[in-house]
Amino acid sequence: MSILKFLHKPQNALETEGRSAEPSVGETEYICPNCHRTLRESTLEEHSWICVCGHHFRISARKRIQMLTDENSFKEMFSFIESNDPITFPGYQEKLEKARAKSGESESVITGTARIGGIKAAIFAMSPEFMMGSMGAATGEKITRIFEYATQYSLPVIGWTVSGGARMQEGLMSLMQMAKTSGAVLRHSEAGLLYITVLTDPTTGGVTASFAMEGDIIVAEPGATVGFAGRRVVEQTTMESLPRDFQTSEFILEHGFADIIIPRTGEKKLLYDLLRLHGGRQ
Amino acid sequence: MTAYDKVRTARSTTRPTAQDYITEMFTGFIELHGDRRYRDDEAIMGGLAYLNGRPVTVIGIEKGHDTIERMRRSFGAPEPEGYRKALRLMKQAEKFHRPVILFVDTSGAYCGIGAEERGQGEAIAENLMAMMGLNVPEISILIGEGGSGGALALAVSDRVWMLENAVYSVISPEGCASILYKDAAQAPTAAESLKLTADDALKLGVAERVISERNIGTAEFYKTLADDISKELEILDKTTDLTERRYQRFRSFGRFEEERK
Ligand SMILES: [Zn+2]
Repeated sequence: MSILKFLHKPQNALETEGRSAEPSVGETEYICPNCHRTLRESTLEEHSWICVCGHHFRISARKRIQMLTDENSFKEMFSFIESNDPITFPGYQEKLEKARAKSGESESVITGTARIGGIKAAIFAMSPEFMMGSMGAATGEKITRIFEYATQYSLPVIGWTVSGGARMQEGLMSLMQMAKTSGAVLRHSEAGLLYITVLTDPTTGGVTASFAMEGDIIVAEPGATVGFAGRRVVEQTTMESLPRDFQTSEFILEHGFADIIIPRTGEKKLLYDLLRLHGGRQ
Repeated sequence: MTAYDKVRTARSTTRPTAQDYITEMFTGFIELHGDRRYRDDEAIMGGLAYLNGRPVTVIGIEKGHDTIERMRRSFGAPEPEGYRKALRLMKQAEKFHRPVILFVDTSGAYCGIGAEERGQGEAIAENLMAMMGLNVPEISILIGEGGSGGALALAVSDRVWMLENAVYSVISPEGCASILYKDAAQAPTAAESLKLTADDALKLGVAERVISERNIGTAEFYKTLADDISKELEILDKTTDLTERRYQRFRSFGRFEEERK
């Protein structure tokens, strides 16, 4: 229901602009997976990577930080932590090399501090471009360290989640990150500090079943896939047809597992309001 | 035995299940039902009992014995309300200063529409956080399958012990093989790579102890295990910084060198 409402009421000005202009030479075009419109990169860039139809394109962790935090306020931390193939899984080193080359990132999460409307927060943003945000030991370590840092310096934490789940090439070391990060979230929480999670497309598996669902306030981007078990696994297990909006932000909001859905265009203001309301000072 | 042989053994329907351990090792078991939110999930059974004369809370993922019981218990795949029942009993144990003994045996948390509607991810996440902060000793024993987050949700404990042929894995070897090799028949290869045996878990520090299966199912086996748990509880009783140590136990998984300048 809410997804339909969103489809019919574009939240940005793109629609009135028309689509007659020719793309400049060499400019990349993107096809919206929802409405199949062709969109120019510069146009998407202007509109927070949201299509006319309301579809939120996946964006990299760095772009997200750039879009949603104050200009030049981001200070990256713990970037030296990267996966060290803890169970020497066959073929994993090569896969890591490829992921690093493709994404330009060293791991599936970026951590640090930034300001939103002048208010300082510890942040982490997961990268869809790095093995679809899969959680390895380095991912868990970086998230744990940013929570420990935030606890030490009494900072709120804002985390943008994107993840296909645990990283199977790290076996039990990946699984243990669910417990480790949960412990770090608990300590931050016990110190009376605010933790906001923003669920973005897709947030699934072990990340959903740990720090993504542990926020004091859980925000979701419209239309994001959010769930625990994979859709295909559920289909195969139950042999039932799944609800149309199964495992979307709208579905989890309806069932009581998210506080609010906000389009990317309104996200920075919401985060600022929440930080300010919890005593965040400039 | 290969890793996959162990997977098969861990899954064997002739193995003792959680209720066998509860019946044989404890006395005066009183089963407590329900999560007080939605329903009673029979994939998890829990309640109160005495272990060598000491009141404890005992919780187990139960696969069931015969086909009818196995169906009733969803083959040991808990739904969110199963995890919430376990959490309720753990909080109750904390209130009454009882240690918690957990028997883990699941291929994973239940996959279904209802489970997703009622927040399977949230239920597991809540348990991970709550167990990390629980102010009473917790000992988890993996008696068969330790299937991913669905098993971890009852294993954020001070001690994690595994039976010799129990397995503990982030993904099933079949699931891993079908993703990596597009062929579930490669599961034995995947099982080897995943390092999922009790010995692997011991080497990684994920488990502290491997329990011999030489006498599995005999009175002697249960008595030895009960005595070992009692002894361990005495050590944990004397630990003043229990939750700090528990955090550090899990905090140590995934060590990284400091930045070289
Ligand atoms: Zn579109």
